[in-house]
Amino acid sequence: MAPPAPHLPTQAHISSEIAALHAAAHDRAAGGPAPDHPARDFTPYRSSTARHPRQPLVEIDGLADPEAVELSGPAFGVTDVTDLDADLTRQHAGEPLGERITVSGRILDRTGRPVRRQLVEIWQANASGRYAHQRDQHPAPLDPHFTGVGRCLTDDDGRYAFTTIKPGAYPWRNHDNAWRPAHIHFSLFGSAFTQRLVTQMYFPGDPLFPYDPILASVTDPGARARLVAAYDHELSRPEWSLGYRWDVILDGPSATWIEEGRL
Amino acid sequence: MTRTPDPQSPSPSPSPSPSPSRSPLAPTPSQTVGPFYGYALPFPGGEQIAPVGHPDTITVHGYVYDGAGAPVPDALLEFWQAGPDGGLTGAPGSLRRDPATGAVLGRDGVGFTGFGRVPTDADGHYVVRTLPATAPAGRPAAAPYLAVCVFARGLLHHLFTRVYFPANEAANAADPLLSGLPENRASTLLARPDGPARYRFDVRLQGPADGSHDGAQEETVFLAFR
Repeated sequence: MAPPAPHLPTQAHISSEIAALHAAAHDRAAGGPAPDHPARDFTPYRSSTARHPRQPLVEIDGLADPEAVELSGPAFGVTDVTDLDADLTRQHAGEPLGERITVSGRILDRTGRPVRRQLVEIWQANASGRYAHQRDQHPAPLDPHFTGVGRCLTDDDGRYAFTTIKPGAYPWRNHDNAWRPAHIHFSLFGSAFTQRLVTQMYFPGDPLFPYDPILASVTDPGARARLVAAYDHELSRPEWSLGYRWDVILDGPSATWIEEGRL
Repeated sequence: MTRTPDPQSPSPSPSPSPSPSRSPLAPTPSQTVGPFYGYALPFPGGEQIAPVGHPDTITVHGYVYDGAGAPVPDALLEFWQAGPDGGLTGAPGSLRRDPATGAVLGRDGVGFTGFGRVPTDADGHYVVRTLPATAPAGRPAAAPYLAVCVFARGLLHHLFTRVYFPANEAANAADPLLSGLPENRASTLLARPDGPARYRFDVRLQGPADGSHDGAQEETVFLAFR
């Protein structure tokens, strides 16, 4: 059992902070468009307090500067990925423990255009909720047959697919009795550096959702729902694996948008 | 019958239209990179963007600091820049793999991919070695810069910034971003010469709470693209 943590805030305290911030965000939106991304200064996530800028971001208008370097982005290809990278259950001599799943979906930009031949990277805890990272001190077993790192390139429809193990929930020290809902970290590239995205995919119906300040940092319920995969029976494979579908829409302008006129 | 959403969960992610549409799709929100990306995202040679032995290679290094002035040991910086010819297409091969073992070999040392990725050390320090920034071919008189994307534990949504170089005085003076900023703000985007072919560029995620413009602790200018 973990030692008591008397100096950490309680879950009730964190939950009341989250409720207040959600109510304030709802009032600010007042029926208008709600922010899609987290506020960087979301205090219930304590690590954010000294790591967010206080000054407003300086806006760069892609139309005014269509040659801005950020409107294009890095390229990846067949040299950067091997066929086995997308199957996280086959990276070791034996098979990992846990519930085998496939996660698949499409990467699109905001115009609905598929993001083709781009790099998707994932990392995650094992079925017990332990990362293969030496800083992870959660006393849950490591799995010698699971590292939890995968990569793939999207196809011409913007589609990606990974075979992996459903990650476990795990505790962290943001507050007393803090637990992260099960999630897979995703890193995505679009056609422009502006479209870069690092995010987390969650699993439907996780009872930890209401307690988690990182998911709650996305204050709009509709936007939060976009971080949750759907169980998709069509993606499940008989006698083998359960299927989840998760599509990703990358934000940000690109040179292609600007050539073709604005949204 | 295919998908029955769990009543406890938010509604499942929307199925985007397969064809480009004129009404923008709602973007997937960002989430923090967290503390455990270290065995997934950094790759060997991620910081060695310049071809091996290239005589024009420059070193850019610095620290990432938080609002208390403490170095940030779990930040990840990505760099993107135009090619030496001003090309903006980049090239594959940053994470080149060994087809036999699957191991990441990194770049071949000959090509220039334009992309770099480097985690900060335990002391919050990073180093990249790259070619001098070049202006895009379509706008050769523009002030050249390295585009930077900052990720960190505690940072819920990445931050973009730029590294400009002081030697490009005239182009910098005409740059729409630099010229629109007060001097103390613009200076956070300028690398400081720090030895032969070496530059210092620190990233301050957060300035002082009282908004005082102490040059030494000025918050880095971060960018939003529209």
